[in-house]
Amino acid sequence: MCLAIPGKIVKTYEENGLLMGHIDYNGTLNSVCLAYVPEAETGQYVIVHAGFAISLLNEEEAQKSFEAWDEVTDQLKSDGYTIENEPLSEKRKDDKK
Amino acid sequence: MKYIDEYRNPEIIRKIIDRIKETVTQPWVIMEICGGQTHSIMRSGINELLKDQVELVHGPGCPVCVTPLELIDQALEIASRPEVIFTSFGDMLRVPGSEIDLQEARSRGADVRFVYSPLEAVKIARENPDKEVVFFAVGFETTAPGNAMAVRQAHREGLQNFSELVSHVLVPPAMEALLSSPANRVQAYLAAGHVCAVMGWEEYEPIAQKYKVPIVVTGFEPADLVQGILKTVQQLEKGQYTVENEYGRAVSRGGNIPARKIIDEVFKITDRKWRGIGSIPKSGFKIRKKYAAHDASLKFGVGHIEAQEPKICISGEILQGLKKPNICPAFGRECTPEHPLGATMVSSEGACSAYFRYHKRQL
Ligand code: SF4
Repeated sequence: MCLAIPGKIVKTYEENGLLMGHIDYNGTLNSVCLAYVPEAETGQYVIVHAGFAISLLNEEEAQKSFEAWDEVTDQLKSDGYTIENEPLSEKRKDDKK
Repeated sequence: MKYIDEYRNPEIIRKIIDRIKETVTQPWVIMEICGGQTHSIMRSGINELLKDQVELVHGPGCPVCVTPLELIDQALEIASRPEVIFTSFGDMLRVPGSEIDLQEARSRGADVRFVYSPLEAVKIARENPDKEVVFFAVGFETTAPGNAMAVRQAHREGLQNFSELVSHVLVPPAMEALLSSPANRVQAYLAAGHVCAVMGWEEYEPIAQKYKVPIVVTGFEPADLVQGILKTVQQLEKGQYTVENEYGRAVSRGGNIPARKIIDEVFKITDRKWRGIGSIPKSGFKIRKKYAAHDASLKFGVGHIEAQEPKICISGEILQGLKKPNICPAFGRECTPEHPLGATMVSSEGACSAYFRYHKRQL
């Protein structure tokens, strides 16, 4: 019951007085209670445990670690590793465009 | 998938592992609390890659594994009553009680149903007013918000036929119990990210200070885990012991405030027995008096049922990080996920089952 992965909110609605949402996990939709993330909006990501969203994913924080990792991949490249993956941070992806 | 693939990027993981190797001057013993983390570590082979730098010992953070035997027996007793629809998360169905498990009870005619949210159990109660619907409310701080909400919802709707058999456990008191044991070997903790998503990490600060252990809030993907290990060994090498958050995308210092509020409204802290470990003071939740009508233990009067753990199973020592599953003489022989003798083999989050799946070569 504890292997929670982030899912994307595709729809919010109310049921029996509780805020609920449809959450997309790579194409599979699930109904989840959003009462603990009342500020949630469609398009945002939530972490769900046993039918309840317990956390709204903080995308800014996630970007921070991706940016730190961009530096890691730069270093890897200069160390002679081949990096095939796309840059992780949005910032770096924008730079590339 | 976004926010998952990034944390499984092998190059990133390799680089962080290199950094850990550069940092470590002596081997350290680090415990990952959560069974989900144990699984991720075993699946990705992080324990093998870092075996000369850190010994990862697997903590008691598997709710199925630590639910005491007598609670399973109490669940079986309630489920056997003709007026009852007994509902549970799927992973509790095969946990052996003293004699049978819930799945066996079902095949003998009990109405046992698997739900994936406690709100589904409330729905069953709404649709079956002539039945008593009982939900087996187990778990750590991660499932407490949902289980508390189900009680509150049933109360609000006046569903007198909904109750919960509660066996909730809490992580920080278990961490303290392990650290204060004379047999303790743990030098640092990777705290369970999702427990902290609910509760925040303030509770960990006095533990880090008192026992001088670094505690790093860590996520579940391989990159999260190696990053958590890196932060932990950096502290260990410098002789520091603070709480750090390496899971900022899901966890804030105060946790989930609305969830903590409802938990506190419905549940109250109590002493709890942990399977294989024994009683730990103030280590769990029970239902408050205000909601006593929804407390299945009171409603069905099963609180007196007690049970003795089977002697051969060493899961208690495994849950305390004292022994590894492959030391157990029954491991992979009499005891397999198909025929589990102990809860750590039943649950997909249990250390024995993680070893069995990913570590057969050590048999
Ligand atoms: S292998 Fe089976 S019997 Fe041995 S400790 Fe694990 S669960 Fe218990």
